[in-house]
Amino acid sequence: MEEFLPVRGARYVQDRALDWVAEVGRVAILMRDIVRFLGPGLRSFGRVVQQMSAVGVGSLWLVFVVSLFTGAVAAVQAAYQFTAVVPMRYLGSVVLRSVIIELGPVLTGLVVGGRVGASIAAELGTMKVTEQIDALRAMAIHPVRFLVVPRVVAAIVMLPVMTVLSDAIAVVGGYAVAVTSIGISSHTYTQSLKDFFLLKDLMSGLIKAVFFGGIIGTMGCYYGFATEGGAEGVGMATTRAVVASCVLVLISDYVLANVLFRFIFAK
Amino acid sequence: MIRIRGLKKRLGPKQVLDGVDLDIEGGETVVVMGRSGSGKSVLLKHVIGLMVPDAGNIEVEGVEIVGMSERELDEVRRRFGMLFQSAALFDSLTVGENVGLGLREHLHLKDAEVRQRVAERLSWVGLASIEAMKPASLSGGMRKRVGLARAVAMDPQYILYDEPTTGLDPITADAIDQLIRSLQKRLGVTSVVVTHDMTSAYKVADRMVMLHDGKIVFSGTPQETRTTTNVVVRQFVEGSSTGPIRAL
Repeated sequence: MEEFLPVRGARYVQDRALDWVAEVGRVAILMRDIVRFLGPGLRSFGRVVQQMSAVGVGSLWLVFVVSLFTGAVAAVQAAYQFTAVVPMRYLGSVVLRSVIIELGPVLTGLVVGGRVGASIAAELGTMKVTEQIDALRAMAIHPVRFLVVPRVVAAIVMLPVMTVLSDAIAVVGGYAVAVTSIGISSHTYTQSLKDFFLLKDLMSGLIKAVFFGGIIGTMGCYYGFATEGGAEGVGMATTRAVVASCVLVLISDYVLANVLFRFIFAK
Repeated sequence: MIRIRGLKKRLGPKQVLDGVDLDIEGGETVVVMGRSGSGKSVLLKHVIGLMVPDAGNIEVEGVEIVGMSERELDEVRRRFGMLFQSAALFDSLTVGENVGLGLREHLHLKDAEVRQRVAERLSWVGLASIEAMKPASLSGGMRKRVGLARAVAMDPQYILYDEPTTGLDPITADAIDQLIRSLQKRLGVTSVVVTHDMTSAYKVADRMVMLHDGKIVFSGTPQETRTTTNVVVRQFVEGSSTGPIRAL
């Protein structure tokens, strides 16, 4: 006999909620294992450096292009909003602060989350479906120590580095537009940067980047390890890793903004 | 010695193992025969602790491994070498790094010692001087042989072979069979070979067992297997689609 529609609906919601709780639990277990194997995993320094290169060098061009145009757009938008309201000599400071507090870390997080999160999930997912993870375990090598720790640590270290780079490139992008298109002098723009630069703004962006790196590395590894089936499973794992990374980067950005600017850097 | 009692495992709707009882004596080579999907690989993965049974016991040298923590299992696993069906070589590492990985991770040998041991194991499987190659550039037979070199790199007491000759041409398959026998003699290991390749099974086995409907339904020497009156084994050995085993 066919089940009454609302009952089926309620059952579906209940099942999805339970799946979600179970998934959160599995991520928590992975995070516990990452902490547990952090020391032994870091002993293989070569593997960490290799992953840092994959995360950083591999994403360099993408971050460069995104940041350059983000800075340029920030300058154009700010100039438009300043018109007849705020003097243009403040343009540099607005570009700078919006970039180092928010745009630099978040866009770097999203760009690297898309590229590196997908790459980690695809690589580990393929290893899972071709029994390479089983082979590691059969050799008494814990996959979290050997595969996950180097990737998560590399992402945590490289995200702030990439963010500093992104900040600098975006400010240069804003400068190029301000000087060539909006008509602000080079001196006015750079003076504005100097006058309104606050170390705590830069620090807040870098703290965010550390968390974003952890999220991207952990999500990529989690969905890679959770891969089932063949090529289709790897594709699904990759998509899920990217979606989860990007959503969590944005949610954690909001949470961190509250913690950082309402409590830690409130004064 | 490996002792398995009442091993049960359900995967989805299928009861893959339904009370497997099996003893594997030290130094012998036991071949586990059975149809594709009969649970042979699942059985092998339970022996090395890669899967957790729903019920039953597995003892390795008198020590129960079911319920062990991953750390305790790692101590047991160091006594095993395993050749996977697809060889499961690590794509990102070279052949030399694949074979030497266990040596570097567990024995912490010096580079020169690792290189020497890797070269020796590769020469055992007839693949000298390919340390720098990547797994992607190897043929199926070469991948299996590298997998075998990796499995014996740590001088294991037990070697588990999951379909060692599947997908190989008859000549390469025979070479793998010869390797299994020669490693058996050289190292004196206890081996469990899972296969549905009867030609290979007769060549490498000291004893053959048949896994059917989740249970061990036959155990005997290769000669006893050839002459058995067990209808299930007869149908499997003769490769007939008619008999008690449903073909489809």
